[in-house]
Amino acid sequence: MSDIVITGFGAFTPLGTDAPSTWEAMLLGRSGVHHLPHEWAEDLPVTFAAETAGDPSDKLDRVEARRMDRSTQHAVVAAMEAWADAGLTLGDDNGIDRDRLGVCCASGIGGMQSLLSQWDVQKEKGFRRVSPFTIPMLMANAPAANVGLRLGARAAIHTPVSACASSNEAIAFGLDMLRLGRADIAVVGGTEAVVHPLPIAAFAQMQALSRRNDDPERASRPWDVDRDGFVLGEGAALMVIETLEHAQARGAKIYGTLAGAGISADSHDIVQPDPTGRGQAAAMTKAIKDAGLTPRDIVHVNAHGTSTPQGDVAEAASIAAALGDSADQPWVTSTKSMTGHLLGGAGAVETFATVRALSDRRVPGTINVENLEPNLPVRIATETTSLGDGDLAALNNSFGFGGHNVVIAVTNAHQNR
Amino acid sequence: MASTDEIRADLAEIVNDVAGVAVEDVQLDKSFTDDLDVDSLSMVEIIYACEEKFGVSIPDEDAKNLKTVGDAVAFIERAQA
Repeated sequence: MSDIVITGFGAFTPLGTDAPSTWEAMLLGRSGVHHLPHEWAEDLPVTFAAETAGDPSDKLDRVEARRMDRSTQHAVVAAMEAWADAGLTLGDDNGIDRDRLGVCCASGIGGMQSLLSQWDVQKEKGFRRVSPFTIPMLMANAPAANVGLRLGARAAIHTPVSACASSNEAIAFGLDMLRLGRADIAVVGGTEAVVHPLPIAAFAQMQALSRRNDDPERASRPWDVDRDGFVLGEGAALMVIETLEHAQARGAKIYGTLAGAGISADSHDIVQPDPTGRGQAAAMTKAIKDAGLTPRDIVHVNAHGTSTPQGDVAEAASIAAALGDSADQPWVTSTKSMTGHLLGGAGAVETFATVRALSDRRVPGTINVENLEPNLPVRIATETTSLGDGDLAALNNSFGFGGHNVVIAVTNAHQNR
Repeated sequence: MASTDEIRADLAEIVNDVAGVAVEDVQLDKSFTDDLDVDSLSMVEIIYACEEKFGVSIPDEDAKNLKTVGDAVAFIERAQA
């Protein structure tokens, strides 16, 4: 079976409007979280979030942009960047067999802003003013379908939905697509755009969000003793993956290897993770095995680490359980301390960060940890930390409401040196 | 009372806004679908934008007969009269 390698990255995040600026901000420990400068946010219980660093429609044709939900805009912009970063063009003469090109782009929630704004239009102005583009804007597969249309993908287009594990699941299914021989190259990742009063109110009603309204930049603080919930973020990351043969045949630069994936389900509760951590640990163990690695090989874990009181401690225990005697070896970090929680975009942004950590041999630190939770069974990187020489392997964890656990294993094998 | 050309010019702005067609291409003899490449969903948006802009009602059964820019301008002129 061919190795599957990563040859292009695109990102549109709270830290930057492209992948290089996002990665640079992570290494510098910047926060993308801010007070929401919108009138609608004033009376909400939570008045801050991590909105993307720019307007995605600025990078799109005006007419196309107004027919896309913001979640699709994020995805299309990131996908175009990833495609160009992979050294590919959009013409028919770009050397890509479109029948062998797939897309797997997740969204946790879909085009919620379009749905809600058109319902407002219908209530205020009547049904004849509802946009005829409402359905193709709100459907959850719209980001994937629009990316596929742009690139001319004809092998298959998929949209896995598993809440906050969605984009890791998309990467895992993209890996399957290539391993099963259904495509030679694919664009995979995920997107989200639900910074809107309803989801903020709804997550706040679950007591899931940080209430640190007076200090938003320090609100996302995984493993700090004063953490009080996650910070809502938005944005997208997409990456180009291909079989090693396909990448080498076209002389592509290689960032690293998408070495394996591990998927499990808690089967415990609709929103609470299994307190035993069995499901999370199982997903990590499966990912390590699928990648042909052992726990000893794992030098870095980009954790789900959402900054919730129970979740962070439970995940540290799950990592320790999965890695056993090697639990104290990897540098564990949560880039959500900087990006906030991108929900269905989170896994993709964090897999990007994990691959870049290996290729740069630097792990971005978890910011805002002033008082580290005592007695954690793993070591947390709280500043940018160097990794060693040689072959490196890492995990990226994503866990979602519904009990979905998806772990991606990556290595720096085949990387251009 | 707006002149034929004023209505055409306002309609051209709407077609440009909804479908990205160049304003100067929106002439009376042009077919929305065959010449201007306006798809059926965009046509729905154009119709309701016209209703708001020109203060007229364009029922669905009439809208489907508006094949050219000239058809639409003539309908709006009659409806405003």
